[in-house]
Amino acid sequence: MSEPLLNVKDLCMAYTTFGGERVLRAVDGASFTIDRGECLGLVGESGSGKTTTCLSLLRLLPKGAEITGGEVIFDGVDLLKLPSSEMQRVRGKRIAMILQDPMASLNPLLTIADQVGEPAYFHRGERGTTLRDHVIALLRSVRIPSPDVRMSEYPHQMSGGMRQRAVGAIALSGGPDLIIADEPTTNLDVTIQAQYLNMLKDLQRRTGVALLFITHNLGIVAKMCDRVAVMYAGKIVEQGPVREIYLRPRHPYTKALISSIPKIGSKDPLYAIPGHPPDLAVLPPGCSFHPRCAQVFGRCSEEEPRDFELGPNHRARCWLVDGSRPVDPSTNGKVDVGVGDVSASAPSPGQ
Amino acid sequence: MAVEARPLPYAPTADFVPARAAKIVREIPLVPSLVLALLVFTALFAGLLAPHDPTLPVAGGGVFKPPVWMDGGSMNTPFGTDFQGRDVLSRLLYGARVTLMVAVTGTAFAGGIGMLLGIVAGYFGGWVDQAIMRLTDTWLALPSLVFAIFLAALLQEKINQLTFFLPAGVGNIILVFGLIYWTRYARVIRGEVLTLRERDYVRLAQVAGLSQARIIIRHIVPNVLNTWMVLASLTVGVVIINEASLSFLGLGVQAPTPAWGNMLSEARRTLMAGQWWLTVLPGICISVVVLAANLFGDWMRVKLDPKQRNL
Repeated sequence: MSEPLLNVKDLCMAYTTFGGERVLRAVDGASFTIDRGECLGLVGESGSGKTTTCLSLLRLLPKGAEITGGEVIFDGVDLLKLPSSEMQRVRGKRIAMILQDPMASLNPLLTIADQVGEPAYFHRGERGTTLRDHVIALLRSVRIPSPDVRMSEYPHQMSGGMRQRAVGAIALSGGPDLIIADEPTTNLDVTIQAQYLNMLKDLQRRTGVALLFITHNLGIVAKMCDRVAVMYAGKIVEQGPVREIYLRPRHPYTKALISSIPKIGSKDPLYAIPGHPPDLAVLPPGCSFHPRCAQVFGRCSEEEPRDFELGPNHRARCWLVDGSRPVDPSTNGKVDVGVGDVSASAPSPGQ
Repeated sequence: MAVEARPLPYAPTADFVPARAAKIVREIPLVPSLVLALLVFTALFAGLLAPHDPTLPVAGGGVFKPPVWMDGGSMNTPFGTDFQGRDVLSRLLYGARVTLMVAVTGTAFAGGIGMLLGIVAGYFGGWVDQAIMRLTDTWLALPSLVFAIFLAALLQEKINQLTFFLPAGVGNIILVFGLIYWTRYARVIRGEVLTLRERDYVRLAQVAGLSQARIIIRHIVPNVLNTWMVLASLTVGVVIINEASLSFLGLGVQAPTPAWGNMLSEARRTLMAGQWWLTVLPGICISVVVLAANLFGDWMRVKLDPKQRNL
């Protein structure tokens, strides 16, 4: 088996606040891999550490945040051990990023060509007509019509979808092996979203670039990704191939996420996971999800579940998987793995 | 009754002037722009416009000759002569040169220091930011004119020889204003940079692996230039007034070189003796130019601020 492009092992990232008094473990032992040309979806609620994980990969952390452990092996090199000058050469050239808001991702004072060409200029030393042709090719590859005209326009002359494409072109400009897309379609409307995703998928197929796709939209994951990792409170609670996760989710959180996808035509009230994501400063003991979990039992609040191997590439952090849940006399021996009655059995005080 | 075709209340804009350019031209405040244009013109062409040498007595002119419209005035010296018999008009024209030189370079120098420190403080943050901003606070706590006098006196002792190609004292003054007025730029620009630093396009540039210097030059500087220009245009007036004050006190432009401030200073002794034109004329020049600079700066502030333009 060949070496994966990116291999993240036990990545830990913590914010230290109040002069070290409080330590928030925003990313806690995240491990995942991405192969060349593969698309990994990273899903989870807001604040579960998705974006922070990605910024840790690039070592672009806000003040007070520190990587406290783990390894990020990218193409055989541990990025966390690289000197910062070499890290700068990785950013943009090997790993690029697409941010959420196309309105804010472009500098209003520079033309599209200037911004799209920047990584190529900086990392690949392209100048003059080479650069110009490259920019046109990039804009064409993200399906911006008449790129030779539009390249000299300013961001305000473009629509949101167009700008997000331009941001995509910037990401491709350095010729990266991996693009981290941080909710790239959240701010686009649905039709544009579909176009954008098709474009991205197509681009990925043609260039063979790997994608780390952050989103909270499981529908997009199903369409775009080969594998999914589900994050909760800084930990990856379950990961596996998309079909496997969707058809046979093992972690109650994954199950709950899947049941909270709105279904067209359904008259049932939309399912919401009770409670709130936990405060990272006061994580519940044991499994962080246990206060909101429908299938919680004694061991959950006492011991943190380890990562169980469930099959090829399928892993979950849950004691249920271990089969150690005692048989509940009230359900007469049947272990309920559905979530249909969760909202009734565990009403949240906050909602 | 037949309806007559009436002429349009406004003539349609001629085709050869682009609509946007025409709009901008129409909105420029006319009087302040004219005053400033006149200042620049006089400063550039003082040598051609001035009828006499500003530093030498006019031959056969006599001292304290009144302006042309008073008894005893002559067309040879339209604004009269001073206590040495030098032509006041020529001195005013050459004074415009000093004023413009000090106003532009002093402002630019202060703006340069301020922008540099403001960007460094805002972009890098942490203790650098703390150090620069506390220095700025300390600087701002000192009354600017008193501080200017102190610095000017200090510089006069030390480096008055370093005049470069400038008239005596002008280099000093520029240095003094640079060292005093950078604070307002540093503060405002730091604030601006703090918000710019968090913008997604700056983040994206970081993710794209651009160097700090390149991010600053490409993404930060162009975005603070707007603010910088407004600050500069509002500083010009202050610099002109303080240049006059320093020259009046003898710490600015040195004696033979005419400046509006030292003209006032020389006329001080004879103010009560009836030679009013020696004080009033430079005084008017200073007031009008400062007023024009401030009005222009004000217009620019409104014009360059999208919030005030209601966009």
